[in-house]
Amino acid sequence: MEDTHPTQDLDPMTQPSSSVTSAAETSAPAAPVRKKDYIQVRDFSFNYTPAVRVLHNITMDIPENEVTAFIGPSGCGKTTLLRNFNRMNDLIDGISHEGTITVNGQDIFDPNLEVISLRKRIGMVFQKSNPFPKSIYENVVYSLRVAGQSNKEILDEVVERSLKGAALWEEVKDRLNQSALGLSGGQMQRLCIARAIANQPHILLMDEPCSALDPIATAKVEELIMELKRQFTVVIVTHNMQQAARISDRTAYFYLGRLIEMDQTLKIFNNPQKRETEDYISGRLG
Amino acid sequence: MVWFSGMWLGIGLVMIVTLLGVIVKNGFSIFWPSRVMEIELVEGSPAAIQGTKVLAGEVRKVQEKRIQAEKGGTAREKQLFVGNRDAYGFGFRYVDESDIAKITYPDGILLAERVEYGDLIGYPVSLKLASGEVKAESPDFLKRLGETVAVGNRRRHEIESIEKDQIGKINHRMGALRLQQRKAEIDGKLTDDYRTDIAADLAELQRRYEILANKAAALRAEQKAGLFVYRLPTGTEREIPAGDLMQFYFPNRIGFFGQFGHFCSEIWHFLSREPREANTEGGVFPAIFGTFVMTLLMSVAVVPFGVVAAIYLREYSKQGPLVRAVRIAVNNLAGVPSIVFGVFGLGFFVYFVGGSIDSLFFPERLPTPTYGTGGILWASLTLALMTVPVVIVSTEEALAAVSRGAREASLAAGASKWQTIQRIVLPASVPGIITGLVLAMARGAGEVAPLMLVGVVKLAPTLPLDTVAPFIHLERKFMHLGFHIYDLGFQSPDSEAAKPMVFATTLLLIGLVVVLNASAILLREKLRRRYASSAF
Repeated sequence: MEDTHPTQDLDPMTQPSSSVTSAAETSAPAAPVRKKDYIQVRDFSFNYTPAVRVLHNITMDIPENEVTAFIGPSGCGKTTLLRNFNRMNDLIDGISHEGTITVNGQDIFDPNLEVISLRKRIGMVFQKSNPFPKSIYENVVYSLRVAGQSNKEILDEVVERSLKGAALWEEVKDRLNQSALGLSGGQMQRLCIARAIANQPHILLMDEPCSALDPIATAKVEELIMELKRQFTVVIVTHNMQQAARISDRTAYFYLGRLIEMDQTLKIFNNPQKRETEDYISGRLG
Repeated sequence: MVWFSGMWLGIGLVMIVTLLGVIVKNGFSIFWPSRVMEIELVEGSPAAIQGTKVLAGEVRKVQEKRIQAEKGGTAREKQLFVGNRDAYGFGFRYVDESDIAKITYPDGILLAERVEYGDLIGYPVSLKLASGEVKAESPDFLKRLGETVAVGNRRRHEIESIEKDQIGKINHRMGALRLQQRKAEIDGKLTDDYRTDIAADLAELQRRYEILANKAAALRAEQKAGLFVYRLPTGTEREIPAGDLMQFYFPNRIGFFGQFGHFCSEIWHFLSREPREANTEGGVFPAIFGTFVMTLLMSVAVVPFGVVAAIYLREYSKQGPLVRAVRIAVNNLAGVPSIVFGVFGLGFFVYFVGGSIDSLFFPERLPTPTYGTGGILWASLTLALMTVPVVIVSTEEALAAVSRGAREASLAAGASKWQTIQRIVLPASVPGIITGLVLAMARGAGEVAPLMLVGVVKLAPTLPLDTVAPFIHLERKFMHLGFHIYDLGFQSPDSEAAKPMVFATTLLLIGLVVVLNASAILLREKLRRRYASSAF
């Protein structure tokens, strides 16, 4: 993977070294050290049916080892974009897209690319926690099991590491063989995070991971996300602006299927460049 | 509206309960020994047997009957089971209550079950054994009679074991040898040496057969040696070989506990023995066994078939007009009359598949068919085909009910579609699949019409499982409770005698279906508890 450097030259339309292309002129001076752009979205449009276009010409770069938050009112397309990163939208009939998305320099819509290998590099946590009706242990090692791993020592190690990574180890270490369905809501969501990071993906996609959790569980998950960004590139969709402000390094604001503004979180919240962003953040919209 | 809808449910429930009640009452009553009534008739009664005024029997039924206009109104009559079919030529007698002069319940009357001609009802007179005659008045008569019957029963089992198992095995070997010879002949490898070898083997088997046959004949002669002399209630004295008696008791002498013991042993005999006398006597064990094995085989065939088809329909096929049409066709398949499936099974499985198997693998047995005739395998497959829509529909519903969240979680973890189906979707659908199986079994186990075309027989001499290699004989014909009911009710020589058996067999069939379904439901509950959660 090292030899595939994410070169912007892949796509001639790209403006080099810019984290925000739609608002490029405003963000240029604010980025002293540029991290590698891990996910690049170029002029990406997405249709559920030929008549229903939900994303319009999105262009953005998501740097590695940072937390990028997608905010915006319901139906603005942020979840759709997130689900494109690991091609979960493939399950839906009748979809079509234009433009490209590359992950670590690789076009994810390349017909030669195996979707499974893409998904192995990208973990995903869903809005509603969805543990399998299996034991806690089997939930965590699921991605390794389907990849054919059956070495007990490796699996044990992965379970411990992942559950510790998801801050759940202390609570469940004595009942790993009990059903995951007996956990509380917050524990289930952390279990889903542990499952998503078990196979050591490069990217972690989180689709409103805290929307169904109480404040205490939310705080735990947020703490966890701050930890996770050391190892993973995290993209999180959230409705909660305080949450975006608390945990993310970079924020993208979407409205009606368009990327309005994307910049460092502090700037978005303190000094947004676009009128729509300011309206949304100050509560006048959505 | 609440009352209206509730009323209809109530009517339905009452009907079901009444039906079950009637079946249970009639089914069990045959096993409960009733007292034997001796009736003295008035002069000139048409009910008199062979010109005598006295007759005795168990009262089976008391009913109103319409009588001639000059007397007016109705009268009551009793239906008596008088037994002794060999002596009277019938087993039942209707007696008008107005014709009865006197009713007694004689203490000394004896009821015995015989190998032939149904029950015997009469007074014991004596026992003529090789060691001399024992009169009924002598104190050790009952003891001697009991011993004789026990010895006779043991000897009968021995004869049966010789004739069925040992001689059966020899016959099987002889048949196999002849088939070997025939096969060699077809293959052109039949040398003279080979022929003499087989002839020698056959001669040896024949010798052993004759030894066994002589032994059986000797035992049979012993069975006929002792004589049991008895007097009919009408007064005539008769005698039968003591070896023909299977059991006896004094119906008016045993108390409630005696009756209860007799009741239990009768039920056990019914469940565990083979039928005798054109299925009207004896037990129904082969039919229970046949129904059970057939239902199991059907389940084994129908579940993989239905589940795989449902997986394709729900998970892989592109939803469109074609799939919708297939789905409608599958649903309609469930409404096709079962006899149509029977005809299809006969044409496709028996003649086409079975005939092909015969000509490919058993050419030496032709023209006698092996698989090219009805058998338990073809019957099971026919029923599987008939019930597969039920399994497809319920499996599809179960698959559709597996939450999107679980599927997405699995796919996002890097599982392929098949891995997701295999590890997540199918385990969660197992309860639904079992529901389909329960429905399929309930329909399949009670089906009779198609079976008559593809392998059910009135009396199967051998079970589909036995001790002769290869132990499971899927090509064999078999007995089935449903067909047994039909056979008893409509084909039996003495329909009055068979009627209680019809109820008892019906009860048994219901019981068998309930047991099979209950075990499937238990399994489902167990699995459901394992997968129970709010997330699914």
